[in-house]
Amino acid sequence: MKHFLMNLLLSFIWVALTGSLYYSNFLFGYLMGFFILWIMNRQEADRRYFNRVPKTIGFIFYFLYEMIAANVQVAYDVITPKYFFKPGIIRYPLEATTDIEINLLSTMISMTPGTLILDISEDKKSLFIHVMYLRDRDRFIQQIKKGFEHKLLEILR
Amino acid sequence: MTDILTAIFSTIGALAILFASIGILRMPDFYLRLSVTVKASTLGVGLLLICAAFTFSDVSVTTKAMAIIFFLILTAPVAAHMIGKTAYHTGVAIWKGTIIDELKDFYEKKAPDGDENPEQQP
Repeated sequence: MKHFLMNLLLSFIWVALTGSLYYSNFLFGYLMGFFILWIMNRQEADRRYFNRVPKTIGFIFYFLYEMIAANVQVAYDVITPKYFFKPGIIRYPLEATTDIEINLLSTMISMTPGTLILDISEDKKSLFIHVMYLRDRDRFIQQIKKGFEHKLLEILR
Repeated sequence: MTDILTAIFSTIGALAILFASIGILRMPDFYLRLSVTVKASTLGVGLLLICAAFTFSDVSVTTKAMAIIFFLILTAPVAAHMIGKTAYHTGVAIWKGTIIDELKDFYEKKAPDGDENPEQQP
């Protein structure tokens, strides 16, 4: 967190010094600040921030790719006359424990087309997901675990 | 360049919203309708807002567009979750082609314990 704030401060300084307030300039300043902090903190013990930033960017692109791919699949099913889907409501065992992790994970799952969170059990151990294309229950759970949950927990923890 | 990007994004966004509205008409039950509508319309509105940010290359417009997209992504799944949960609780029927329903087992297991106050659930 401290590193993130320092990085933001460095990028604001860059924007103020160059005097042009554009997002591209801000992003460039952020990257420069990240590079400077990375060089200066090479000997420090706490280097989590420098692993997190590339992982977060990668995760955002992965999520966008998944969302667009699923949207194309759903759109194809909507405009063709035959139904391809096999809906089902399944119980998904959670590994995430805190509220923010569960919140982010369920937002991700809900934003992917074809899956919808219907309920969460009161002990926060399992989610109930309405799936549109349920070929194989266990494979679907594995897919979500490997694809979303593990990557998300890697970033957050 | 900006014009081409705007054209591509706005076409995709409008198509996403169109498919969502066709989906409302064609899906066989409530949950599938909800599932199709919420995501496709969020993607469509998001792409149209990105188009606005490209066209008016101005910091204030871009900031507003990004804020709207952020809050849209933050709130749309919550709304879909609440609508779906309420529908399930009030007993909206599931399509007959549904393969498994593990939520039903969950509620049936819980019911004999005496869950008298459903209003108090968060």
